[in-house]
Amino acid sequence: MSGADPITALQEHIRAAAARGACLRLRGAGSKDFYGEALEGEILDLRPYQGVVHYEPSELVITARCGTPLARLEEILAAQGQFLACEPPRLSAASTLGGVVAAGLSGPRRMYAGALRDFVLGSKLLDAHGEVLRFGGEVMKNVAGFDVSRLLCGSLGILGVIAEVSLKVLPLPRAELTVRLALPAAAAVQAFNRWAGEPLPLSATAWCEGAAWVRLSGAAPAVNAARARIGGELIEAHSAHAFWSGLRDLKLPFFGQPSLWRVSLPATAPALAIDSQPLIEWGGAVRWYAAVPAEQDVRAQAILSGGTALCWRGSCEGSRFHPLSGTTLQLHRRLKQRFDPGGLFNRNRLIANL
Amino acid sequence: MAATDILGALREVLPADSVLCTAEERRPYECDALTAFRRVPQVVVLPRSESEVQAVLLACNRHQVPVVARGSGTGLSGGATPFENGVLLSLSRMKRILEIDPLGRTARLEPGVPNLEVSEAAAAHGLYYAPDPSSQVACSIGGNVAENSGGVHCLKYGLTVHNVLGVCGYGIDGERIELGGTAPDGPGLDLLALTIGSEGLLMVVTEVIVKLIPRAPCVQLVMASFSDVHRAADAVAAVIGAGIIPAALEMMDRKATAAVEPFVQAGYDLAAAAILLVESDGTAEEVADEVAEIERVLRQAGASSLRIAATEAERLRFWSGRKNAFPAAGRLSPDYYCMDGTIPRKHVGRVLEAIEGMEAHYQLRCMNVFHAGDGNLHPVILFDANETGSWERAERFGAQILELCVELGGTITGEHGVGLEKINSMCVQFTPAERAAFFAIKEAFDPPGLLNPGKLIPTLVRCAEYGRMHVHGGALPHPELPRF
Repeated sequence: MSGADPITALQEHIRAAAARGACLRLRGAGSKDFYGEALEGEILDLRPYQGVVHYEPSELVITARCGTPLARLEEILAAQGQFLACEPPRLSAASTLGGVVAAGLSGPRRMYAGALRDFVLGSKLLDAHGEVLRFGGEVMKNVAGFDVSRLLCGSLGILGVIAEVSLKVLPLPRAELTVRLALPAAAAVQAFNRWAGEPLPLSATAWCEGAAWVRLSGAAPAVNAARARIGGELIEAHSAHAFWSGLRDLKLPFFGQPSLWRVSLPATAPALAIDSQPLIEWGGAVRWYAAVPAEQDVRAQAILSGGTALCWRGSCEGSRFHPLSGTTLQLHRRLKQRFDPGGLFNRNRLIANL
Repeated sequence: MAATDILGALREVLPADSVLCTAEERRPYECDALTAFRRVPQVVVLPRSESEVQAVLLACNRHQVPVVARGSGTGLSGGATPFENGVLLSLSRMKRILEIDPLGRTARLEPGVPNLEVSEAAAAHGLYYAPDPSSQVACSIGGNVAENSGGVHCLKYGLTVHNVLGVCGYGIDGERIELGGTAPDGPGLDLLALTIGSEGLLMVVTEVIVKLIPRAPCVQLVMASFSDVHRAADAVAAVIGAGIIPAALEMMDRKATAAVEPFVQAGYDLAAAAILLVESDGTAEEVADEVAEIERVLRQAGASSLRIAATEAERLRFWSGRKNAFPAAGRLSPDYYCMDGTIPRKHVGRVLEAIEGMEAHYQLRCMNVFHAGDGNLHPVILFDANETGSWERAERFGAQILELCVELGGTITGEHGVGLEKINSMCVQFTPAERAAFFAIKEAFDPPGLLNPGKLIPTLVRCAEYGRMHVHGGALPHPELPRF
């Protein structure tokens, strides 16, 4: 095997599985095994297919194989003063790039810097024939063909193996500080949105247990001017880092509860009629609920406010992901049918009985 | 299917003034801004509401007639070129701004709203819509969605795909499709990202929700001269390498500055082989900081002179040459052909050199304006369509530039789209299996294949023909030209 492109091993594995009519369960470090509707099929461990393929800091792009640990990728970027601005959650220390892209989750910076999919420039997909397909590339602007690379973000592997990804990276902010303000939830959401409409260098906002947290990132003079505008108590760097990392990686005590809903809403939506204090982030656009009284229906409340609800942990009626409308579901069915007619990849993972 | 059948069907569902069928009425729709491709559509419809759009699509589906959606017709790749046996669906009458939410910082728009009007309407709230294609006075938001349009500020603020939150529209079967919305990151596959830049092949968009961002209180522009293009290209990398993301980072070569200067008197340094325009925006403190840093990096990179716009009027004058590059080309030459390849930034110098070689080979002049920060090139090839063989040479010249972009790890189109124009070049960039994946997506959305067919994705047959035309006896064309 030495000297052979390691992708050939993956291609052979896929072809053999397809020939047997098997179903494959694509897996990196398994940190998101809980995330999805069902886990079916033989595990195809993608961790061996790892490594940075290309990184040139002045081009603001890094290309790496799916098995590359996210932590390793971030280390390499940090050494050059750059980072992944979408701050994808590190659900375990071993989380892989492939898993991050397949899940499509973004962190605290999402509303201010962009979602994971906003940073995806290109990809290499292994299809159900084991064929390598390349979409997009390493350049900032590319409108040749449909934007399949972004389609793969959050696809949970149902269209094929996301073998390689090119991501836009950004320079680390020169200055960063965090302030905390004592505010009720509704006032905090109002303030977050008002501030976002002013030229302030916001990079994250959250409300948790009676306190609003605001992170400012950018040029030092801008950060300091914004601090004066916003007010509040300056949080010492170490504690600020602990809070935002805990939020990003879902490690704050709030996230430890046995039942957890993640509700996505228009940022300015009024409070939901749920008797449980949420943890709010993304300027009000994401609200987490734990310990919801049994008779209350989070999903119905989310819909009333123009949003969707994802059952992150614990039991829920029906699907974990918010159900899709008829037309959208039909489009998903047809895409799956055309990309993976034999149901080789991650059957029932994103949507049951697709 | 007889022509009268679809006409009758459309007259049944639309008011009389919404169906254009005389030759004089249809003629203005024969092309978009890529005027080299012209076809007069069989019928033009101008619906006023989404239910009328739905009715048009149902009629086209029932009669199996191809339909091409069109915004303002400013597209540069023939994406809105109609079919002689088809319907041209103009969305220009659907141009209402439905809602502006200043606190949530979003706008809900009909597809025909001109790009610039969104920012004008949001200005009262200190907000604007970031993507600014050079045609923004005219180009429509629906067209921007179809093409994933960019502009000079997308290095910092992103393309259409980064600034559109949701779309609603209809499939060819008349089914309503709603993708995305103001609640972020909804369930399922990201069909919104797939739809943006899909050039009208998947659905017809009747409503767009865009993100608005706060207007920066301060803007400053630095203009730098370089004695050779490689130095200018290296300076671009140096700016980015220093951790600066300028609001805009543009480059013009001497041929471009010489072409525009007589018309706009921008004050460009005509002795420079290339100039860079580097814009910084933000708060006054932020901009002062960044401009000082930009100046330092540019000097270190070998800029022969630097000028900072002293007044807002001067800043706009510096920009005027860049923004008028295409009209200036139109005054210099009877016709011009604007290319849109993108390459990794580091290859800008090499590509400029190669283009010079191609100018000699094709006996045509080419001036170069670049979104240098994004590596997005707009070589403008000057030709005279009345001269026999001139357009063909220009077309081959352009195709060769695009092939070079692909060879260097770039793409054939950064922001103008494939349309009809670059469909052959798609054969160079994508394998048959990749093109099959594109067709798979097309079929999933549009099983009968009636939405803007024949654009964006070339068939196997077409690529085979292109390959034959292009490579003779296994030899690459023009072996005398440097290739990388």
